[in-house]
Amino acid sequence: MAEALAPLTVFGKTEARLDRIGALSIAERPDIALASLAARRERLTSLEAAAPAVLGTALPGVSRVAGGTIRAFWTGPAQWLVEAPYDTHEDLAAVLKQNLGGDASITEQSDGWCAFDIEGDATIALLERLCAADTRAMTPGDVLRTTIEHMGCFLICEQAGHAFRLWTARSSALSLHHALTTVAAALP
Amino acid sequence: MSQTMRLAGGRIDRATTLSFAFDGRLYRGHPGDTLASALLANGVRLMGRSFKYHRPRGPLSAGSEEPNALVELRSGARREPNTRATVAELFEGLVATSQNRWPSLAVDALSVNDRLSSFLTAGFYYKTFMWPKAFWEKLYEPAIRRAAGLGRLSGEADPDVYDKGFLHCDLLVIGAGPAGLAAALTAGRAGARVILADEDFLPGGRLNAETITLDDAPARAWVEATLAELASLGNVRLMTRTTIYGAFDHGIFGALERVTDHLAQPRPGTPRQILWRIYAKRSLLCAGATERPIAFENNDRPGIMLAGALRAYANRWAVAAARDVAVFTNNDDGHRTARDLAAAGIRVAAVIDSREDAPDTPGVPLFRSAVVTGSRGRLGLKAITVRTAGGRTEEIACGALGVSGGWNPNLQLTCHQRGRPRWDDALATFVPVGGPSGLAVAGAAAGIFSTHGALRGGAAGARAALADLGIAASLPALPRAEDAPVRIAPLWQVKGKGRAWLDQQNDVTVKDVTLAHQENFRAIEHLKRYTTLGMATDQGKTANIPAIAVMAELTGKPIAEVGTTIYRPPYTPVSLGALAGRSRGAEFRPRRLTPSHHWAEGQGAVFVEVGNWMRAQWFPRPGETHWRQSVDREVLATRQAVGICDVTTLGKIDVQGTNAAAFLDRLYCNGMAKLAVGRVRYGLMLREDGMVKDDGTVARLAEDHFVVTTTTANAIAVFRHMEFCRQCLWPGLDVQLISTTDAWAQFSVAGPKSRALLERIVDPAFDLSNEAFPYMACGGVTVCGGLRARLFRISFSGELAYEIAVPARYGDGLIRALMAAGEDLGVTPYGTETLGVLRIEKGHPAGNELNGQTTAANLGLGKMVSSAKDAIGTVLSRREGLNGPDDIRLVGLKPLSPADVIVNGAHLMTEGSPVDAAHDQGWVTSSCHSPHVGHAIGLGFLKRGDRRTGEIVRVVNPLAGTDIRAQVVAPCFVDPEGVRLRG
Repeated sequence: MAEALAPLTVFGKTEARLDRIGALSIAERPDIALASLAARRERLTSLEAAAPAVLGTALPGVSRVAGGTIRAFWTGPAQWLVEAPYDTHEDLAAVLKQNLGGDASITEQSDGWCAFDIEGDATIALLERLCAADTRAMTPGDVLRTTIEHMGCFLICEQAGHAFRLWTARSSALSLHHALTTVAAALP
Repeated sequence: MSQTMRLAGGRIDRATTLSFAFDGRLYRGHPGDTLASALLANGVRLMGRSFKYHRPRGPLSAGSEEPNALVELRSGARREPNTRATVAELFEGLVATSQNRWPSLAVDALSVNDRLSSFLTAGFYYKTFMWPKAFWEKLYEPAIRRAAGLGRLSGEADPDVYDKGFLHCDLLVIGAGPAGLAAALTAGRAGARVILADEDFLPGGRLNAETITLDDAPARAWVEATLAELASLGNVRLMTRTTIYGAFDHGIFGALERVTDHLAQPRPGTPRQILWRIYAKRSLLCAGATERPIAFENNDRPGIMLAGALRAYANRWAVAAARDVAVFTNNDDGHRTARDLAAAGIRVAAVIDSREDAPDTPGVPLFRSAVVTGSRGRLGLKAITVRTAGGRTEEIACGALGVSGGWNPNLQLTCHQRGRPRWDDALATFVPVGGPSGLAVAGAAAGIFSTHGALRGGAAGARAALADLGIAASLPALPRAEDAPVRIAPLWQVKGKGRAWLDQQNDVTVKDVTLAHQENFRAIEHLKRYTTLGMATDQGKTANIPAIAVMAELTGKPIAEVGTTIYRPPYTPVSLGALAGRSRGAEFRPRRLTPSHHWAEGQGAVFVEVGNWMRAQWFPRPGETHWRQSVDREVLATRQAVGICDVTTLGKIDVQGTNAAAFLDRLYCNGMAKLAVGRVRYGLMLREDGMVKDDGTVARLAEDHFVVTTTTANAIAVFRHMEFCRQCLWPGLDVQLISTTDAWAQFSVAGPKSRALLERIVDPAFDLSNEAFPYMACGGVTVCGGLRARLFRISFSGELAYEIAVPARYGDGLIRALMAAGEDLGVTPYGTETLGVLRIEKGHPAGNELNGQTTAANLGLGKMVSSAKDAIGTVLSRREGLNGPDDIRLVGLKPLSPADVIVNGAHLMTEGSPVDAAHDQGWVTSSCHSPHVGHAIGLGFLKRGDRRTGEIVRVVNPLAGTDIRAQVVAPCFVDPEGVRLRG
């Protein structure tokens, strides 16, 4: 039997990338599993009723994030992406399917996306050079869909004015990372 | 001696001296100077040559409205032509060069144009260079372009970087003069999110250029106190050197921040300029006003300036434009210049006021009811001619003349959404009416010209804007300020025999407007285009209104009826670099990398960009010197053993829901409803008009779960189409869609030994035998000891083939594992070139054939359009126009002589008939050298192609001069019975 395959980050490395530029840190987060959750037609109410058993909290409303170890963020009407620690939840999609599969369509998205955690006092200054979102007005638990240099992203506010998580497509993550680090280095 | 014209005072930092060069001569100035003020301080009035007549010119203004003092700033790759010296901040080592002159600014050979001016009128080129027609492009235009034009581009790549950015606010205040500062203070204290932007590097607007007092103290004290308070407020963002250049839809404004233009060069990596997009809930335009000149004979000599500019140079920059000056005005504001200059110790030779009731300025000779009729001085003003009230002509020696024809509100931004200003007789100017929704106007921009009015208007404007947003604001205590009324008697031109300039940048004179009128270009937009009035870098800020007035006089219409041209963005020039931002070169768009990218790089793969993806095109091996050697080897290895290609780039769309099958059945023209679980089907998607949209595979993983693939290039378009169908066409169906393209690393494993290879990777629990996993089977498997994977038995090459998918992070591991496991089987990685050869050999249509203009029938796939059901495009695919007797069909082409090459785009002609469009029979869409058959092969569309098998046609490429003979064959050169792929 063939040997187990080694996972690699989008940078082709085994360790997650971390950049510190001035007072900013930009950290790749391959350790988060991701799955999509979309309510089946006319099953939203029963999905909302069943979700707390999995998430520990109700499904978040428009542009919001909710949950604990497993948390969901709103991506569109009756649609969410669900995050969980990869180490313990590599099978996140399967678990969700088991618990919510009757009411929702679920897909594995862990490797469809790539997350960067951006933290530091210059976070707003960085984001306002990159995307049209009003990041200064975002409060913890807010999520928005926006674009950065033509790349679609989800932007989650973790700490107002200071810490944000950015989800972007895996295939173009290096271009996004280039945009983040280049602009970060250009900040005054 | 340097800076001989420097006065006392001013807003310059005399503690620091800066050296700079203009036309190779070294001068000195101070921080706070502009290039124009520093040159004037050094006694330099001549700064440029005019566009058409090469007339000597100096600055007309002291601001961004400048038409004349345009220079090439900096050198080398950073050289920027047509830079306004009046706004270029002085820095140590600045290098500027005059432009549009040869050999020098003082002696310009092309000033001969000035002598030929009676020929070089508006419309001259159009009338003169009409024949012979062929001469225009090769002779006339290049010659004219050499003679005209202004600065030169460096021709080198821009070495600087530019950023873009996005800001949000409750209130955007445009302009930091008295109105803007009062507005920002009002809104800032109320806690609103405020952006205060000003194009100048020194906030304060006109207050910096005047000697007026606020609360009996110099205006500067209030400006500085206000700026200090604004800086202390976290909710106010003060942006200097920032021009709001456009008002766009829904409260969006464009702003250009010149971050480092005042430095010799930017710190490495930092942007030179930032193009901001500002989302403002409300905005207040406090952009002030621009003075306008009066047209008289030879009114364009260096030294003749706007009166307010002359005053600004003296008050703000401590510069006397000349030792003896005069003022020509039709309003009270001109007298302020005379007073301030006299107070600064400059001899004011005369004030010439066209009005009978002109006020007196003590100590200054005043000519009432008088006008300036002309001027003298070849490279700079020496004297003016005055016609007195009594009709007497008098020459007055002076080195500078301040002209004031009144002030025009800077209302351009109110017109960017097609707002039209209103003529105000009392003010003798256009004032703004409305504007984009959410935008109000205050201060001089609204036609309120007193300082008192500006301060109060700004504060009240801010309060009203915030009240609209539900934010309460109280009016701040504002200082006492002058509140002089506007007293003006319109005067647009002093009639004379010689040329009187209206638009100095485009050399448009009163005579040109008269000619335009005479030739019936009377509408203001026609006048603009016929004479070029109001075009170029200054956009006619000093020229438009006087020219409108002259046209009004000629047509006998009131000015209000003539109206203005439509002002459009940008308000002042924006460099293309700023518009491009960081989207340049390799960073023009994002690059998408496949999961095997890093591995492929290590193999020395040659990459090609496909729909933003970087795909391996071929994998050269040592000793291979030509791509064909690599590709032929990869093709043969795949046909004879096993090849691997990363096919992650093909779009993967996950389709789930109880109605997923019904949904796909409506989307694809062939049947999908009855596709069994665990099976894949080739699917053809039509557009509404019956043309083929895209093709791909549909795999049914469960009763309510499908994965469909799309072509790489159409992945996003197909997903968007499917979402549209789901949300808008059939919202009643229970279907959920999501892209999983990036989530799965997918590899094609093709060739007779593909099963043997996969059996070493797929866990033994899964039976890959032909019986257990036949052609077109699919399903979930595990690989390499339990890793979840998907396996599809599909073939693009015509060989026994699979596609295997694992989560993307394991893609690198999988390709390495496959390569290691297949070494003894002869496993070979292949790229897109080989992929192309394999599919042409097999006769599969791809992008070249699915070009948006072909039907299923054209592709030989007409039977796929099911008649047993309806789907998008089915009905229209049957329309008469798409089903004629001469329709094209996909055919294969085989050259009669094996040495001949078939080239894409070549046309197919019947033997013996003429080679012309009328006899065209079709064209070659795809071609390659087939190592399998041993010569070139092609695919193409041929009229009635399905009935012409065996016929010999000519393959003609008139562009390349080739003409070969080929036989029409079935579009499949490999295993037409499909034995291999089922084996």
